[in-house]
Amino acid sequence: MSTDAQEVTAGVEAKLIPIYVMGKRYDVPDSLTIMKAIEYAGYKYIRGCGCRGGVCGACATVFRKPGDYKIYTGLACQTVVEPEMYLTQIPFYPANRAVYDFGSLTGRPEEIFALYPELFRCVACNACTKVCPMDVEVLDYISAVKRGDIEAAARISFDCIQCGLCASRCFAEMPQYHIGQLARRLWGAYLTPKAEHLKTMVANIQAGRFSDGLSGLKAMSQDTLKKTYQDREMEPATGGEDWTPKDRQYL
Amino acid sequence: MPYTEELKRLIKVVESTRAERVERKRHNQEVPFLSLDERKEMLRYHPDVKEEGRRELRVGPSKGYRIAHEMADVLEAKCRVNPEAIDLSHVDCETDVLIIGGGGAGTSAALLAEQNGARVMIATKLRHGDANTMMAEGGIQAATKGHKDSPYYHYLDVMGGGHFKNVPELVETLVNEAPDVIKWLEGLGCNFSKSEDGTLKTIHGGGTCRKRMHFAADITGAEMMRTIRDEARNRKGVITVIEFSPAVELILNEHGHCAGAVLYNLETEEYLVVKAKSVVMATGGCGRLHIQGFMTTNHYGATADGIVLGYRAGVKICFLHTVQYHPTGIVFPEQAEGILITEKFRGSGANLVNIDGQQFVNEREPRDVEASSIIKECIVRAKGIPTPTGKLGIWLDSPMIDMLSGEGTVEREFPGKFILYKRFDIDISKEPMLIYPTLHYQNGGLEYDSNCRTSVPGLFVAGEVGGGVHGENRLMGNSLLDIMVFGRIAGKSAAQYAKESYRDGKLTLEHASKYNSEVEASGVDQGRVAPMILPDYTDARIREKQLTAHYVGTLR
Repeated sequence: MSTDAQEVTAGVEAKLIPIYVMGKRYDVPDSLTIMKAIEYAGYKYIRGCGCRGGVCGACATVFRKPGDYKIYTGLACQTVVEPEMYLTQIPFYPANRAVYDFGSLTGRPEEIFALYPELFRCVACNACTKVCPMDVEVLDYISAVKRGDIEAAARISFDCIQCGLCASRCFAEMPQYHIGQLARRLWGAYLTPKAEHLKTMVANIQAGRFSDGLSGLKAMSQDTLKKTYQDREMEPATGGEDWTPKDRQYL
Repeated sequence: MPYTEELKRLIKVVESTRAERVERKRHNQEVPFLSLDERKEMLRYHPDVKEEGRRELRVGPSKGYRIAHEMADVLEAKCRVNPEAIDLSHVDCETDVLIIGGGGAGTSAALLAEQNGARVMIATKLRHGDANTMMAEGGIQAATKGHKDSPYYHYLDVMGGGHFKNVPELVETLVNEAPDVIKWLEGLGCNFSKSEDGTLKTIHGGGTCRKRMHFAADITGAEMMRTIRDEARNRKGVITVIEFSPAVELILNEHGHCAGAVLYNLETEEYLVVKAKSVVMATGGCGRLHIQGFMTTNHYGATADGIVLGYRAGVKICFLHTVQYHPTGIVFPEQAEGILITEKFRGSGANLVNIDGQQFVNEREPRDVEASSIIKECIVRAKGIPTPTGKLGIWLDSPMIDMLSGEGTVEREFPGKFILYKRFDIDISKEPMLIYPTLHYQNGGLEYDSNCRTSVPGLFVAGEVGGGVHGENRLMGNSLLDIMVFGRIAGKSAAQYAKESYRDGKLTLEHASKYNSEVEASGVDQGRVAPMILPDYTDARIREKQLTAHYVGTLR
């Protein structure tokens, strides 16, 4: 089997640098991500590894550099190793999540306040924003929720991958990422206009409007089907929303 | 790492032809689409047609079927745990519906099973939501705009993409249920990109005749996954999730019905017996088998476990002779290798460009045709761009998007990729991306019908683990749709089965013991065990010293 770490090191003049995984030294190629470096060292992941593409939030990593007081964070699958860095992964951090009946909510800010009263313990220290490996302005979306601006909270929190690092550093002990999730859901379901064309289409399908057309396609010989496919009218790439096809009999 | 001096020099060539290509795009003067015959010719360069890449299966219900060696390896393998060592008289947990897999298909199945009155248990290998769903970027297809589109056209596109081999009933269900799935997600609060008046934004995908791909910026799958996972967490007490506990064997009962599974707790290394009235298999794909040595876009857990389990229990496989290579995976920088670059870049106007700065294919061909064109351009026509480590790639000219749709579009519409490249000091609104096809999707899988039933009563299938709906090649935006449509149906069917058709009986793993004997008798390699569960990326030199750790997958 071809392997990620091997592929990366094959053919590369691998310069080895020391890193410290939970305090223990390993020499790894300097071009690897933290994740591949840890695997290169001989670890096999169970926790702390997920999509390997920077979107799932499984591999939150905290590290420091010698002689530097700062806490650095990153996703292990996205962050390239640095000489002498010492690190640990935080694959899980407990956080309180409110359980709610989503259907009974309406999108009022008070609904979030009631489910997450700890919001108001926030002292705006900004530790959440500083620790976020996705550069989400966490404090900004929490502040938006506090002033009842769910739209802003939804927008600002959109790139959150729910790794939980914000919750790990929070002075107010709140689960920011669950609050952001609730804000986005309220925004999507209750505070933006519903798609009218979608309702119409679902109703038309349920009324059987396209059944005959589909049955016809299913019954077609391969050759006729291929021809129908080849002849289908293409919506132009640069056409606007209003474009309509010439043949409207199957609409 | 940023582009090297040599690559920067080659980017100048791309820049020199960009203005002209943008003009052509504006005037719809595109490289023409290939005819069906030309497509066939182009597909000669597809990895699927390499006969040396596959072999005939020597065991199981689809014996004689030729599939990739890497997939055959896990099917022609013995059970990971000796079936006779499992004490079935001691049941660790009981539930109505057991769902194996915690991705999009499994989670939507759980929600619908719960809605239909079942107690549900989700067993998942990693965390809930750790799945390819989370990584799907581009969008979800559905014919929602009645003034120009309907399920009729969606059906045609799906069939054409799949080489007209798809199972028609499955395709019909897929396209008919599509708009309702979008409506369901909208109601759950999924943040699809919309216009002010609520109209859903839609764009083209490869092989579509209408703009019907809905999206949530460039993290559509993640937005869908986190929304339905959040909702599953609201059904606390009825939907239970057991993480880090992959299924390693299905359990049948004396009637030959599926009645549960053996789970393996990855952390305590215990094997647990779960008894269920019905089971939904929703384990996803196989990218981490690295078919033909390709890099992959897939999640860490995509190791074809569900195929192995279902196959051993007697379900036939289909369409596994084809594998989808996504045309555009990152080939530089090396650290990001294999990562998917969504088709939406091409849908939004970015050309594929060779070393001479020339566009060589319409960028909205179906994926297999597009991938073949790139492979041909690099290997046969020698027009690829060499990376510092000797690989080849093609330019995906993302700066065109800002020129076509206004400055800032790339950063706004593709925030995920913009940040990823920014970390490497590459600004993709000003510099193109270097890409090559990457192993992306398992077109085939276990056979199932439009109610998600399999040949084994009580066993249901949903999502990538199943085969038939996409034929020999899936179109973009139809996998997120597949998992939602068939996930929901599987959940409903499994709940109904648990209520109406379930028959209690003595649990057995005899099918697994028999399969072991068949593997032994067939003379295939005796050393392999499956499912693999997790791939192994340990450096070879380290592995040599780990004398007791490896046994195909890690047993520890």
